[in-house]
Amino acid sequence: MKTDLSVTVGPLKFRNPILLASGTVGYGNEIAQFTDLNKIGGIVTKSLSLKPRKGNPPQRIVETPAGMLNAIGLQNVGVEEFLKEKIPFLKKFDTKIICNIAASSIEEYVECTKILTGEDTIDAFEINVSCPNVKEGGLQFGNDVKAVGKITGKVKAVTKKPVIIKLSPNVSYISEFAKAVKEEGGDAVSAINTLVGTSFNIFTKKPKLQNVNGGLSGPAIRPVAVAKVLEIHRNVDIPVIGIGGIMDWKDVIEFMIAGASAVQLGTINFIDPSASLKILKDVEDYCCKMGLEKLSQMTGSYII
Amino acid sequence: MLIVNAPVEKNIELDNQIYLLKIHSPEIAGKIKPGEFLNIRVSEAVHPLLRRPFSVCDVEGDYFYIMFNIYGEGTRILSQKHGGDTVDVLGPLGKGFNLKGDFDTAIIAAGGLGVAPFPYLIRKLGEQKEVHCFIGGRTHKDVILHGMKNIFIATDDGSLGYKGNVIQLLNKNLDLLKSSKVKIFACGPNAMLRALKEFTMKHKLNCEASTECAMACGFGICQGCPIESSHDPQKYFLVCKDGPVFNIADVNI
Repeated sequence: MKTDLSVTVGPLKFRNPILLASGTVGYGNEIAQFTDLNKIGGIVTKSLSLKPRKGNPPQRIVETPAGMLNAIGLQNVGVEEFLKEKIPFLKKFDTKIICNIAASSIEEYVECTKILTGEDTIDAFEINVSCPNVKEGGLQFGNDVKAVGKITGKVKAVTKKPVIIKLSPNVSYISEFAKAVKEEGGDAVSAINTLVGTSFNIFTKKPKLQNVNGGLSGPAIRPVAVAKVLEIHRNVDIPVIGIGGIMDWKDVIEFMIAGASAVQLGTINFIDPSASLKILKDVEDYCCKMGLEKLSQMTGSYII
Repeated sequence: MLIVNAPVEKNIELDNQIYLLKIHSPEIAGKIKPGEFLNIRVSEAVHPLLRRPFSVCDVEGDYFYIMFNIYGEGTRILSQKHGGDTVDVLGPLGKGFNLKGDFDTAIIAAGGLGVAPFPYLIRKLGEQKEVHCFIGGRTHKDVILHGMKNIFIATDDGSLGYKGNVIQLLNKNLDLLKSSKVKIFACGPNAMLRALKEFTMKHKLNCEASTECAMACGFGICQGCPIESSHDPQKYFLVCKDGPVFNIADVNI
């Protein structure tokens, strides 16, 4: 028996739950050399702002135990160049394209969405309210339940496409944020963005990252991410996309058990850019072994 | 760009805990050019998590070499590899040295482990170009001469060769640098490359430098390795994709 791997996230239907996370696949062209984007559920493009952003000075990356800190600072090409230069490449693929937007003000989120919503290639938006690496916007919104609700409502008002809000784990109760997203008409949440972290050079006493703080990702954060997904699933009736240190098929299943309808692979893409198809195949084998009719049955199947 | 599980042929320990790993991969050895690099996953464990970038040091037939010292956990694990082990190699990556162009003499300027990309470059330059190597280190222990020829040595403490740095030694040999059509190929610590940039701009010398930056992926998706353009302060290049070799005049190191 072949398991039905397709999943739905609110109004979005994916051929399988494996998506590639924003900021770990650029705009798709480099990763496409290693993996067949037509076979995965979808990709989430690098955060876009209204105007191009230069990003932070080096050093931007530090390895940590079973993880890494990054402080890229939302370097991106801006919406105009994205539409002109990046969309033609993405158009070629039969996969869901989710466009991630980051902004410094509520108006900028709305403006970016308005410009991008006319592009047919884009299937949905993921709104980044949780980048820890920029001075304005980012976490300043991600830590404020009212702001997250307001951004959701304002963005929903200017697009018919599904809107997913990417939540910060750097809060006490993430489910409060998911609730605000739901109340303002958001279609789903993705959880989690990176955790704020710092690392010092003990000889120079200087932070290793030029930005001082960075976002922690990789397998080190997975238990935190799974807990956050579970918290949302138990408290709010909204689809969750699970993200955080997925390295193999077992991690995908774990996130789904905890309540994720789909998942995003992030840091693993840096280490093995061909990982997504291997993970997909292994998930399929697991489903066969378990005699699952539908993979989506796994979502929220925890026994507590 | 390939990902291959490549067998280690042998691990050669040079003096002063410098290692040369000889790796078998016809696919990569047949493709890689001087100055390009490889991003190597040293184990399947989640720590150390990321790949480690290494310049290709040399190529012989179906084999390529990398040169390294023990800097952290990743290189410690690599230093313990021996014949029969395998390493997970992603490459060839980046843009290497431009061997074409109007020069008849190649000057290698390297500090410490900065010699790593040059044995292959020197081999490729072959007999057509005259090659002189200016090699520096803090002390005689830091001077690596593997694969070098026509060698000038500088050490900060004067324990071997000229007492001073590579740039000062180049300056002392300006006659040689001005006697023919020269191109400088450089690699070393950032402080050395910054001084070299000033020196080559002042004397209007053509120079390419291999740069270094902490990175995760090695092929442009993590955006972790920016280097600022000299011509446009709003623009960063990526060391992994636009480099690691740049015309030294184009980047603020």
